[in-house]
Amino acid sequence: MGLRGEAAILGFVELPPERKPARPARFMIEQWAELSAAALKDAGLEATDIDGIVTPQINEAPSFIPSTITEYLGIDANFAEIVDLGGAGSAAAVWRAAAAVELGLCEAVLVTFPGTHLTPQSERKAMPWDDQMLYGASSNRYGSPQAEFEIPYGNLGQNGPYAQIARRYGHEYGYDERAMAKICVDQRTNACATPDAVFYGQPITVDDVLNSGMVADPLHKLEIVMPCQGGAAVVIGNPRLAKKSKNRPVWIKGFGEHVPYKTPTYATDLMHSPMVKAAESAFSMSGLQRSDMDMVSIYDCYSITVLMSLEDAGFCKKGEGMAFVRDHDLTFRGDFPMNTAGGQLSFGQPGVAGGMHHVIDAVRQIQGRAGEAQVADCHRAFVSGNGGIMSEQTALVLQGE
Amino acid sequence: MDFQLTKPRPVPTPVSQPFWDGLAEEKVRIQYSPSSDAYIFYPRILAPHTLADDLEWREISGLGTLYTYTIATRPVAPMFADEVPSVLAVVQWDEGPRFSTQIVNADPAALRVGLRVKPVFRHLPEDEITMLYYEPAEPLVAANDDAAAAGSGADGAANGEQAGA
Repeated sequence: MGLRGEAAILGFVELPPERKPARPARFMIEQWAELSAAALKDAGLEATDIDGIVTPQINEAPSFIPSTITEYLGIDANFAEIVDLGGAGSAAAVWRAAAAVELGLCEAVLVTFPGTHLTPQSERKAMPWDDQMLYGASSNRYGSPQAEFEIPYGNLGQNGPYAQIARRYGHEYGYDERAMAKICVDQRTNACATPDAVFYGQPITVDDVLNSGMVADPLHKLEIVMPCQGGAAVVIGNPRLAKKSKNRPVWIKGFGEHVPYKTPTYATDLMHSPMVKAAESAFSMSGLQRSDMDMVSIYDCYSITVLMSLEDAGFCKKGEGMAFVRDHDLTFRGDFPMNTAGGQLSFGQPGVAGGMHHVIDAVRQIQGRAGEAQVADCHRAFVSGNGGIMSEQTALVLQGE
Repeated sequence: MDFQLTKPRPVPTPVSQPFWDGLAEEKVRIQYSPSSDAYIFYPRILAPHTLADDLEWREISGLGTLYTYTIATRPVAPMFADEVPSVLAVVQWDEGPRFSTQIVNADPAALRVGLRVKPVFRHLPEDEITMLYYEPAEPLVAANDDAAAAGSGADGAANGEQAGA
């Protein structure tokens, strides 16, 4: 079952995240075009090589998005897909593209995630402000379970539910807030070797994290991701185009995905995230072991997401994540390099494009393009994606040979 | 801004109506699937996992334990600005299913996971709905007597209140 590892990421672009927009405002459909052109240039491929796309939602259209994009870019697509898996969407899009390539549907697929949400505005055609502004990922429409059983109690947004998961974790396995803070500190060290990171040049200590203010007890401000403007894209192609590309191909060797619920209240087992099954599938498909990974890129909207993903992906046992984090150097020069460009916590989270940061962090390392943050002899990487409240998760195993 | 900043309230559906009718009578009624031998929540048209067409309404005690919680010191949305600090909680009923709610009538710093809780029915006639909140079923002990339960919980709550001030 699964991929043969015959589709590869051949090029990428990742905009430096911005806290305050300095780049010219672009519609998402325009971002789609510019990001795609940049990723193709990086790969050394032509737009005419592309015959498939995978996209997240965009501001300019509520539906019929794939065809809107293929028309705008002028792509004769054999495969045009939208993914609606939040932060898991990027990793999810990568395996869908790889599957389309391996099935012979496509020679090359663009996976492009616009991440600049401040698009041009006109009073003459005002953006319809609606419930989504207020309720984010929760639906307040009549008939929605969230509208009836979650939102009225203030159970919405992300901070509260992730804090609830962290609280329960502490109850079942114990809680070391200094270990949780160390995740953020090590990632910040990586960001300080990555000039594009929003927190480049701003190292922090464990005490800085613990003194940053409690936002949703037990999670502190510096354990919570920083929203930014940005965007990213990758090009995925077949072996023929891999030969033509100027970059080292990064083959998609395995993937897994698991989507069991929307609201963590209803998780059958809240302490074992969907990553358990997603990672097992990815490793088993790839034929590689956890110990074969030269780096990992773990979705990090919150410190607790990292901690539980490390456990549930099998890098340590359940309940031993705090000790694992304490015992390992997670920086790019450490014994367990993780989120080597800073992760979203320190590189920045450009909305739903944030998941792409983890894909590109791994690709950058495997292609030997991480600059000062380069991990020596990096050929294999594990990537995780996470959407909603640890409710939809995707795993990838990538290899440079 | 042309959206309404009114507080979002539950609007029953034809399938869920018996649950809300129960709350109006200060009773907790949820669905049970005989073929799965399991209570389920929230109300559905078919049983989750099996899609069995055998759901029946049963009254439960409404008692449960505090499964997890967090203390919100900042409003989760503008409509909840008058509700901070609030304890966003998940309660596990003795019959199994979990329920999103808030803990009221309690010192947030003294809460701990595993606490026994009981229903508080809040009738909201202007919204034609009764909502189900929870409160401790037993007197709270000081949180620092129970260091293992919530780790930094007591300290955290204090910090959180400062952060929100």
